Amino acid sequence: MKFLCVDCDRQMTFEERRLPGDGTLAAAFKCPKCGRVVAMLTNPMETQLVASLGVEIGGRTVPPQPLETVRKMVATGRDDAFEETGGRADARTGGPTWSSDAQERLSRVPSFVRGMVKRIYVDYARDRGIAEITPAVMDTARAELGLEAM
Amino acid sequence: MRTYHELKDPDRSGLPGQIGAQRRKVAERLAGVRRVIAVMSGKGGVGKSYVTAHLARALARAGGAVGVLDADLNGPTIPRLLGVSRSPLSAPADAVEPVAGLDGVKCISMDLLLADGQPLAFRGPSTESFVWRGALEASALREFLGDVAWGTLDLLLLDLPPGLQRYLELCDVLEQPPTVLTVTIPTPESREAVRRAMRAALERGSQLLGIVENMVGPQFLGSAADDLATEFAVPVLARIPWHPAPDTWDGLGAAL
Repeated sequence: MKFLCVDCDRQMTFEERRLPGDGTLAAAFKCPKCGRVVAMLTNPMETQLVASLGVEIGGRTVPPQPLETVRKMVATGRDDAFEETGGRADARTGGPTWSSDAQERLSRVPSFVRGMVKRIYVDYARDRGIAEITPAVMDTARAELGLEAM
Repeated sequence: MRTYHELKDPDRSGLPGQIGAQRRKVAERLAGVRRVIAVMSGKGGVGKSYVTAHLARALARAGGAVGVLDADLNGPTIPRLLGVSRSPLSAPADAVEPVAGLDGVKCISMDLLLADGQPLAFRGPSTESFVWRGALEASALREFLGDVAWGTLDLLLLDLPPGLQRYLELCDVLEQPPTVLTVTIPTPESREAVRRAMRAALERGSQLLGIVENMVGPQFLGSAADDLATEFAVPVLARIPWHPAPDTWDGLGAAL
């Protein structure tokens, strides 16, 4: 998928992606010459079709997780389907800790996908030298990594 | 106005690249698997899963390292046939560990992931779900192949659901079309459905290993296996009676 600024005859560059959590997607592209920004807005069905392929508009922001599409998309999964470690920065290996608020927030994530989400946050914190995962860190990670729907 | 291929800067989303990476992952994961065989039939209810599970166990008893991927996402039965308990799957790093069933056969199945008695249902817009459901099922199949730590196997059996859809998805995901083992029952009705499936597999470039005729006995009359064997010039590898003796499966395993 490419966007062309017809007036400037220049290929527009990807700026950002947003997943507001209502099934839609917004992706912004900018003309490097005139600075015009346009947004591609997809409806839930279009967004779903792309997600069903296991790909991401704008490119991946985190490495693929095992059975990622299954865990994100299956609605009838078992609560205890997976036993998880905490990612590369598992607590047993000296990874970041979780504040009680962050733990409470994580507990609201459906258990079928919780381990995968936890791993993403832990790896995010580890990569940035963050010692404690708080709700603020989770918000920043969601925005930076385009995980708004998680 | 210029068109897609006239714009030379790379596509930031790189969707073809993402798809390519998915396929490479499958290829890398299966690098330690000596043979991949799809057990298929155009007909439902002929005992594909039953044959798959018992064949896998026979080969494992003979000393082989064998895995079964239950590709019937909507009606998975392999864990029950392999005596697998529904304990949580281990997902330590970049892959999910398959579970071990009877005779040490490794397996993965949607049955291990679904809540008791629940159908496979996906998140997403409920209207026109046919648009994306097939793509999601193909992705699930790809992840079962590429995200499961199969390790080194002599054989990975893929238990396909009735029809052709999952076989065609496999052809898209694997580097080469899978070798096919066909299961039928003796009836003319089964013969006609299986014939179409075998024809499709042949046209996609799969090697046809042969035919297993299941449920052989007075209950079902017909000569489906012999008819198909003649038409496609492949052997009838086994005829499985309603109550097979254990060495029936050993014989089938040896024939492979």
